[in-house]
Amino acid sequence: MKSTLGSKIFDTINIVGLVGLAAVTVLPFFYVIAGSFASESEITARSFFLWPHQFVTDSYDYIFATNTFLRSLIVTICVTAVGTVIQVALTLTMAYPLSKRYLPGRNIMLNLVIFTMVFSGGMIPTYLIVRELGMLNTYWALILPLAINPFYLIIVKNFFQELPEELQEAGRIDGCSEIGVFWRIVLPLSKPIIATFALFYSVAIWNDFMSPLLYIDDTSKWTLQMFVRQVTVSADMANTMGQLDPNYIPPEQGLKFAVIVVATVPILLFYPFLQKHFAKGILIGSVKG
Amino acid sequence: MRIRIFRYRWLYLLILPGVVYFAVFKYAPMYGVTIAFQDYLPFLGFSDSPWVGLKHFEALFSSPDFPRVLGNTLILAALHVVFVFPAPIIVALLLNELRLSVLKRAIQSSIYIPHFLSWTIVASLTYLLFAMDIGPATQLLNTITGERLDVLSDPDWFRPLIIMQTLWKATGWGTIIYLAALASVDPNLYEAARIDGANRWQQMWHITLPAIRSTVVVMAILTAGNLLDTGFEQIYLMTNALNRSVAEVFDTYVYFMGITQGAYSYSTAVGLFKAVVGIILIFGANWLARRFKQNGLF
Repeated sequence: MKSTLGSKIFDTINIVGLVGLAAVTVLPFFYVIAGSFASESEITARSFFLWPHQFVTDSYDYIFATNTFLRSLIVTICVTAVGTVIQVALTLTMAYPLSKRYLPGRNIMLNLVIFTMVFSGGMIPTYLIVRELGMLNTYWALILPLAINPFYLIIVKNFFQELPEELQEAGRIDGCSEIGVFWRIVLPLSKPIIATFALFYSVAIWNDFMSPLLYIDDTSKWTLQMFVRQVTVSADMANTMGQLDPNYIPPEQGLKFAVIVVATVPILLFYPFLQKHFAKGILIGSVKG
Repeated sequence: MRIRIFRYRWLYLLILPGVVYFAVFKYAPMYGVTIAFQDYLPFLGFSDSPWVGLKHFEALFSSPDFPRVLGNTLILAALHVVFVFPAPIIVALLLNELRLSVLKRAIQSSIYIPHFLSWTIVASLTYLLFAMDIGPATQLLNTITGERLDVLSDPDWFRPLIIMQTLWKATGWGTIIYLAALASVDPNLYEAARIDGANRWQQMWHITLPAIRSTVVVMAILTAGNLLDTGFEQIYLMTNALNRSVAEVFDTYVYFMGITQGAYSYSTAVGLFKAVVGIILIFGANWLARRFKQNGLF
């Protein structure tokens, strides 16, 4: 194929432009990581750095010495783990019967699920339900109101529908109960999609800011996202961290960098898996609706 | 019928927790919307609070907050349509023209990352980059404009910041769906066009763009339905005392009136108004798409 001069110019500009776009996207991460290892004076003195003059760990030493931060980290890890298990379990158990075309009442239930994607009661009625259930200031409020994502449910249901029915029929003939078929035949065949949606759900809970904001007043039950916001956006350092020692001045700027890094690192560590699975998930979702 | 239901009892048992979830956390709040027509009192609950008709809607429409909140919401929605919606289409088209597949994959991997971060992290990064005096982005802007800017609290900067954040977080991820549509184009079409003497611009105009048209239409309908969903978390995190006049949108207004002020019925009415407009928009967009002989969503 012959390429003209115009074509070559276009290619060059295109490559430069896209590389620039990628750089703008990732540079803030390098800045934050470098900043978290920089000294307080360097942060205020130098405009932009991707490599600190001298590596110091003051900021990390400080946040890991305060039990408020460690507690929010542990709370977030536990809520994410427990929440993901509950969400995946509820999604799978609901999706399986809905994948059976012969189940009486299936279409009504499906339509009721789809309707929730178009219309919802909104923030205040949901809040009042959570309150009337006595879940305010409990970790359940961070998990149960989001237990099933209707989009994910429909995708998983479509996936189950594609599984060969003969295999399940054979299981039933061999004396498996319906739950046995689900447990021993369907679930082992669904490992990739279970992994995908476990990742979907865990990232969503890890990143959730609205639920703790709405349902958790007790600062001792704060999650990491609430904590990050308090330190970086509200800049309310002293109240949030708790005073360790009145004579010690915390590295105020450095802290902001360090809490962002700690809240982001787990996502970045999982990113290669996420990217692979998420891309697949979004495409399954878009093709089959 | 009874026998059939009994036969599938185990399936119904499996589905039960999910059905309870939808009943409690999705349908009970829908019933709870009725408090928009009541003076809701917590100790009387959803069923016994006194009915007041359209009082709260009248209060909303005559409130001085209404034009401001509606205006802010609509302006952000319009900016979204103009800047955020086309961005992934353009980037996908450019990526599609990239022939070095290694480079293409590296760029894709980089621009997907922000999608996985929370709005808290995005807001925090913005606060660091645009901090007055010491933020690198502010310093750059100061050098260009020759002024000493306070980007984070200046109301004039609120909308540009919101749009920049959304572009940064969503553009890369948004390309996935368009790239998938582009990947399904038959390469023979390009071959034939080249033989006919089409240059790259003409190929893009006559082959590539028509190929993704239906995807664009579907995405446009979905966007229309969510037009008033400005994103509670993002706006809430970027709102401060100084920029509130331009920052307050329906989502944050519902939160402030309902959760912090305790005006449950009034804020439910605001939320309901927004939801109804959203539904009208999604059906309207769908109707428009069908009129122009495109495949609608439904």
